[in-house]
Amino acid sequence: MAKLRQCAIYGKGGIGKSTTTQNLVAALAESGKKVMIVGCDPKADSTRLILHSKAQTSVMQLAAEAGSVEDLELEDVMNIGFGGIKCVESGGPEPGVGCAGRGVITAINFLEEEGAYDEALDFVFYDVLGDVVCGGFAMPIRENKAQEIYIVCSGEMMAMYAANNIAKGIVKYANSGGVRLAGLICNSRNTDREDELIMALAARLGTTMIHFVPRHNAVQHAEIRRMTVIEYDPTHSQADEYRALANKIVNNTKFVIPTPIEMEQLEELLMEFGIMEVEDTTIIGKTAAELAAEAVAA
Amino acid sequence: MSALTREATETLIQEVLEIYPEKARKDRAKHLMVNDTELESSKKCITSNRKSLPGVMTMRGCAYAGSKGVVWGPIKDMISISHGPIGCGQYARGGRRNYYVGTTGVDTFCEMNFTSDFQEKDIVFGGDKKLAKLIDEIEMLFPLNKGISVQSECPVGLIGDDIEAVSKKAAAQLNKPVVPVRCEGFRGVSQSLGHHIANDSVRDWILSNRDGQPFEKTPYDVAILGDYNIGGDAWASRILLEEMGLRVVAQWSGDGTLAEMENTPFVKLNLLHCYRSMNYISRHMEEKYGIPWLEYNFFGPTKIAESLRKIASFFDDHIKEGAERVIEKYTPAMNEVIAKYKPRLQGKKVMLYVGGLRPRHVVGAYEDLGMEVVGTGYEFAHNDDYDRTIKDMGDATLIYDDATGHELDEFVKALKPDLIGSGIKEKYVFHKMGFPFRQMHSWDYSGPYHGYDGFAVFAKDMDLTLNNPCWKMLKAPWLKEEAAELKAA
Repeated sequence: MAKLRQCAIYGKGGIGKSTTTQNLVAALAESGKKVMIVGCDPKADSTRLILHSKAQTSVMQLAAEAGSVEDLELEDVMNIGFGGIKCVESGGPEPGVGCAGRGVITAINFLEEEGAYDEALDFVFYDVLGDVVCGGFAMPIRENKAQEIYIVCSGEMMAMYAANNIAKGIVKYANSGGVRLAGLICNSRNTDREDELIMALAARLGTTMIHFVPRHNAVQHAEIRRMTVIEYDPTHSQADEYRALANKIVNNTKFVIPTPIEMEQLEELLMEFGIMEVEDTTIIGKTAAELAAEAVAA
Repeated sequence: MSALTREATETLIQEVLEIYPEKARKDRAKHLMVNDTELESSKKCITSNRKSLPGVMTMRGCAYAGSKGVVWGPIKDMISISHGPIGCGQYARGGRRNYYVGTTGVDTFCEMNFTSDFQEKDIVFGGDKKLAKLIDEIEMLFPLNKGISVQSECPVGLIGDDIEAVSKKAAAQLNKPVVPVRCEGFRGVSQSLGHHIANDSVRDWILSNRDGQPFEKTPYDVAILGDYNIGGDAWASRILLEEMGLRVVAQWSGDGTLAEMENTPFVKLNLLHCYRSMNYISRHMEEKYGIPWLEYNFFGPTKIAESLRKIASFFDDHIKEGAERVIEKYTPAMNEVIAKYKPRLQGKKVMLYVGGLRPRHVVGAYEDLGMEVVGTGYEFAHNDDYDRTIKDMGDATLIYDDATGHELDEFVKALKPDLIGSGIKEKYVFHKMGFPFRQMHSWDYSGPYHGYDGFAVFAKDMDLTLNNPCWKMLKAPWLKEEAAELKAA
């Protein structure tokens, strides 16, 4: 029996983490792997394509109804979906109240105490809220949790900023625990030279672009039906892309402590690829009227 | 007179500091001084109200303790909710012995613990709804409450519960004050910020509630501020003010009511006992309502007489005569107390380490008994407290701010006081070292110590403690024999 591999998926909000994770996990399940998804986002949308549901009833929601998390059993919070994938959502509050981070901590502690990480599992995937805003959202990468981090990104500036910031966070935990950066997953937005750019960024961070997932509306067609592409249209070329990604992750051995880069270096890289213009420092802090006056004078 | 010469005290400070690493030594050096009564300001000699050093034992409390425990808690007909997990409310309950008259659970509530008892789910989903429900339940179960305050514990500040919105809504529904207080424990360096936050919330939510409403004033209206009625202190003070002809409109906050606090803006003079915890609201009332405030000291006959005359000076001859009459009336009784206890206590040395006002206020009471305070210090004072302390303490005495366990131990070993006055955290340490000890926060479950009546209790308690025969029996019999044998040999 191979050792359980725990992986966390991070990336800028809206980049497609949940969609990518679920398609990837579906591909793993299809190949016979035993997988669990732990959604670590109060929105609880990390398992809907596997379960064909709107949003799974979350650990915290159930705990609030039952009185406390100690009153719950594992089977209350865990649903089984496509390919026998075990699904759990940590859940959390509405935006603007309470502490979502604490919800993640509570839910993961509960899963550990209840023995959710059983020996039959091959993979656990944590699908984490876009921004690591507080300690709670770093919970999945603390000691004895996820050892492999995959960052979903695209060739857009903000996605790359986020990827670099996440790498910084990983360094902190890599030094104290065993967590490693396992690769960048490029979820294409069809920007120019996107693959080259992400490969260049990956190289700077000391890792690789593990797979380039092209953009295809088959993903959206499947999503409308609350399904993964793997399940909705297994013969589609896009399904093969996720299978390729899954296969690469299964065989991945390149786990590194990332080398995040300074803001200037990142901007240089973006300029090199024409994503960012060279900054004109002469216009900083000038009002439209001032600039107009200068233009007249010239 | 001090126990040591100025030079010896300075040397002692240096010796005590030696054990610290350099950075800590540099910091702690600023908090220790040798008193110089000539000084006008303490600024150059002592630093206060700074963050305690990590790794040392500090005796300080937190902002929640300052707000809930000190200022808000003793208001007897209001209910203070400890909003957060259960511990803060439960362990802070009844600890300060704020006496009050009333039927607990019916029209008064100080000894009870009202808490939202946060569970994991309240942290995650927010405690707002629970707070609203709790307020409803309070109103149903304790309809005679006059108002509610919401005392924030740490997690409330972390998860951003909107206690202001809940309070406003509840206040409108109940037609009673519901006061949100942002006194999360992690704010500030000690309980001192909690006092300030509590004063500010009183200012914003209570003080002007009766502005413009009719009030039958007299020319002799005063309010007692900063007396928490520990062991009945405020009662022993109030009777003297009343005897001299004043009308006490309010007690803040020991045995005090919401109505008293709301009526305080109508008084002529605010009498401030604990400067540290209520100077803020006194200054505010001076600014907004033009009410002067006066610091007074009701510990020991000397200071009481001084204070009564100072208070009377704000009023007409009727009150001035009243003050003299009161002093005259009690002087024989006080002389009796002094005649009885002074011979037993004369020349004894005391070291103090307390909170807001006592490190300086009780000095006079000890002096009335012929005793001498050789060292004093505050847990959470600011420099304006030390400015005042310089004048009350003898020259070349030792003054310590936010003293650490190590410093207190070493100072006590060097100064060898006959009596130590401090809190429960220090008590048993010094008992084990063989020193007579009185708790000077709670009066060691005795009191009152304020006023003339209080001085009689004070003198008796000091004698009981200091001259207790147990202190002569600390050496085990076999050790005594050994010592005798050694001597013989």
